[in-house]
Amino acid sequence: MKAKIIITPKKAVLDPQGKTVQNALAHMGYSGVGAVHVGKYLEIELDGADKESARKQIDDACHKILSNPVIEDYRFEIE
Amino acid sequence: MLRNVFGHSARLLWHKESSLGDANAIIVPGGFSYGDYLRTGAIARFSPVMEAVQTFAANGGLVLGVCNGFQILCEAGLLPGALIRNRSLQFRCENVFLKTATTNSPYTNQIPEGKLLRVPIAHGEGCYFADEETLTRLRTNGQILWRYVNVNGEATEESNPNGSLDNIAGICNERRNVAGLMPHPERASEAILGCADGMLVFQSLIHSLEHNLLAKAA
Repeated sequence: MKAKIIITPKKAVLDPQGKTVQNALAHMGYSGVGAVHVGKYLEIELDGADKESARKQIDDACHKILSNPVIEDYRFEIE
Repeated sequence: MLRNVFGHSARLLWHKESSLGDANAIIVPGGFSYGDYLRTGAIARFSPVMEAVQTFAANGGLVLGVCNGFQILCEAGLLPGALIRNRSLQFRCENVFLKTATTNSPYTNQIPEGKLLRVPIAHGEGCYFADEETLTRLRTNGQILWRYVNVNGEATEESNPNGSLDNIAGICNERRNVAGLMPHPERASEAILGCADGMLVFQSLIHSLEHNLLAKAA
């Protein structure tokens, strides 16, 4: 199994990286580009076949260490 | 610095140690632990020694985090909020002025009223962030210890090197025994370093310890 995790900055948090990328895209002539949010993508390989217990473990890990709930949101899927 | 400048006994604790020994206070220093991977302080916060630091803090022990140490204490939940990338996206390495917001803490009690501290910063992720509710609580409880200011002591946007909310440079917890700041007072604690303003932070800490120890002895 594999967990695919996406971590993004919360909307209320300043995201200077996203802002800089947004400005660069506009500068390059891409039209209609709105707010950009730069986050993280993690892939974690998992032993076993029990998706439900994997889901619980990954959710716990996301909450405790992989993301910081003060500044980030996360979502993931198990494949 | 505590040993050589102040003549106090101080020792280094390795991150794999699980005991703090007979320490009276803990200083968590800066230093890009674990390469700042994942997030600053995110992995260091789970070092074996941090479990002992958590217990120490829970028992009222004095814990001060500087720079990466501040980030670690926030990640560990010992201090509210988080430190994110500087608004300028630049690593900032320069001297700043700090204004002490309250002398009512173990880390500020020896700082004269109105005295600005000139101390260096050296960080890429020192922008203090907390939600509005947390900020209000920090202000109400007097938990903001230092703000970035200009030479006239005004907290302006130009004097804010990283985009921190409310120009916050350092805070303490509600119980006031745990504190953190992004600037480096230890790098400005001897005249030969160009400035010794940072000494006041450690003099406050030492004063608090002696005061408490005397109280206990009596």
